[in-house]
Amino acid sequence: MADRKPVRWHIAVFLAPAVIVYTAVMIVPLFGTLGLSLFTTVERVPHYVGLDNFRTLLSDPHWSGRFWNALGNNFWFFVVNMAVQNPIGVGLAALLSSPRLRMAAFYRTAIFIPTILSFVIVGFVWKLILSPLWGIAPDMLAAVGLKSLFAPWLGEANYALTTIALISVWQFIGIPMMLIYAALLTIPEEVIEAAEMDGITGMSQFWKIKLPLILPSIGIISILTFVGNFNAFDLIYVTQGALAGPNYSTDLLGTFLYRTFFGFQLQLGDPNMGATIATAMFGIILVGVCLYLFGIQRRLRRYQF
Amino acid sequence: MKKTRFTTLLLASTLLAGTAAMANTTITIESWRNDDLTVWQQKIIPAFEKAHPDIKVVFAASAPTEYNAALNSKLDAGSAGDLITCRPFDASLALFQKGKLADLTAMPEMANFSDVAKAAWQTDDGKQTFCMPMASVIHGFIYNKDAFDKLGITPPKTMDEFYADLDKIKKDGTYIPLAMGTHDQWEAATMAYENIGPNYWNGEEGRKAIIAGTQKLTDPQWVAPFTELAKWGPYMGDGFQAQTYPDSQNLFTLGRAAIYPAGSWEISGFSAQAQFKMGAFPPPVVKAGDPCYISDQPDHAMGLNAASKNKDAAMTFLKWVGSEDFATLYGNALPGFFPLIDKPIKIDDPLANEMLGWRQTCKPTMRYTYQILSRGTPNLENALWAASANVINGTQTPEAAAAEMQKDLASWYKPQQ
Repeated sequence: MADRKPVRWHIAVFLAPAVIVYTAVMIVPLFGTLGLSLFTTVERVPHYVGLDNFRTLLSDPHWSGRFWNALGNNFWFFVVNMAVQNPIGVGLAALLSSPRLRMAAFYRTAIFIPTILSFVIVGFVWKLILSPLWGIAPDMLAAVGLKSLFAPWLGEANYALTTIALISVWQFIGIPMMLIYAALLTIPEEVIEAAEMDGITGMSQFWKIKLPLILPSIGIISILTFVGNFNAFDLIYVTQGALAGPNYSTDLLGTFLYRTFFGFQLQLGDPNMGATIATAMFGIILVGVCLYLFGIQRRLRRYQF
Repeated sequence: MKKTRFTTLLLASTLLAGTAAMANTTITIESWRNDDLTVWQQKIIPAFEKAHPDIKVVFAASAPTEYNAALNSKLDAGSAGDLITCRPFDASLALFQKGKLADLTAMPEMANFSDVAKAAWQTDDGKQTFCMPMASVIHGFIYNKDAFDKLGITPPKTMDEFYADLDKIKKDGTYIPLAMGTHDQWEAATMAYENIGPNYWNGEEGRKAIIAGTQKLTDPQWVAPFTELAKWGPYMGDGFQAQTYPDSQNLFTLGRAAIYPAGSWEISGFSAQAQFKMGAFPPPVVKAGDPCYISDQPDHAMGLNAASKNKDAAMTFLKWVGSEDFATLYGNALPGFFPLIDKPIKIDDPLANEMLGWRQTCKPTMRYTYQILSRGTPNLENALWAASANVINGTQTPEAAAAEMQKDLASWYKPQQ
């Protein structure tokens, strides 16, 4: 009798708040959305249609055209973010961690500030900066004699998406910078000293010693960028509106989902097709994250000090 | 302890509210017109309460973008106000079909309104009406009178005169000829295509023909307005592709542009901000002497919550909304929102009065995308926004834009197949 283990209630009790809250606000809605995508509503009565909504989304020319357009735009948005934001972030972190740099704290704060600004402010401010009527961008270019380079970037289908991607880079450059900066600070002095003893200094020290040590952090940043970009919605909505003009050239999966789910102007919302798009986004992000976790993360070599 | 005290407090407050309601019936109006809150509180409601001291009216407005969703959930939860401000067409029709709005067809005041005025709040067959029409907005062009006088030009009557004027303004160089941008897309559709279009497709005749399927959007009368729009780009400001709606408003009220393709809702804002004299002209016709058509768009109406507990008081208010007195009061309190009533109403604001006067000389119609045609996917209104902006930007030819819209519409709308 005495050797029966007591039920360890405290484990359940301590887990309960997190589990209950997380289930209520994340897991239940997630499965609700997945479930919603399997139905269609006719005359306000839901009917189970299996994967029919996905067939519509991928094969009906009206849906698939918008979907592939949004997906393609999303990839370009991600590519610009990855190619510009992360290398610059790493570079800035390397500069900041240089012991010879004065006023490092000031730069660090100044560069990080846009990250804590609201999308609404960022979108509005950049719209003003780039405005052909009252913006300072045309005047600044004119001051250096390059007025001819100015174009109404946000209004032209060729440039609008790249412009917005660069605004997003400007806003979020602080995140990779801070993470890499923190990673650089954790590299022990002994390692650096040993490198110096071996005659590895300056740039080659960065490439040969520091970069391999911060690769796991760069991996995490990449995956954060991926998830963030494929969920992006706010910046487009603020700068270009839900119709993601001109001519849907800035339409991301997020804005496409918004228009479909909630409706827009005279278009009534369609929760079922909206949930279908949401599920597709979930799938795309899941696949991307899995590819990273199993394909790259596991092969990264970690160093323990 | 704390909880019981709170409950008691709640109970007490409901009791108090209950006794207050017995002495005086309070009716609540749901609306998205939060811009008009002060006008309602200071002019409209006092006028009603003076005549009906036993009824108190509360104007509960929410933000325009949140209104539809908020109203739907309030109606479902049974907490919505007694009177509902109705959006035109499908949003309100859906509420009526769900049984949330009462049938008002039998109200004698309905006879005060024309069929076009009522169409936005009727079933498709026009047999049942569920909201009392309140106001419409009229499209046209507002111009800077000082600029016109200085350049010696007069408001154009035909499209040729319109372009002649634009050319003169452009040649002079002081003013940007047209204050419009394509960044937000909707101005290109609402204030350009659907503004000048009715003169080409003969207003109601063309609009009904598209609904009936006897005309196609690729017919010449539907492509022609696009062809006109394609010429507008050079008259618009530098970088108009990135010019937003507020940009255009500011450009005009700052006196830097001569002509503003407008909706009448701009009147009160423009009058407050512009330092120059303004005038308005209706969309120019193709040839001199052609009949003219204006887009007289039904904008809001008022319906009765079918679950209202104060139906008698609410109906009293609705009857007043359908009266000539209300129309005069409302039209003057909110210049630019024109009463839909079928009687001549005197508006004091000169600019608003000028636009209202077009109803006497031109035949009214409304934006063709609003009734029935925007029910499916792809949505015709969204398609028109993109197509109109593309045509002005020069990234799509008028013919291609029309063909794409026709294809979109025909993909789900049976009469067009």
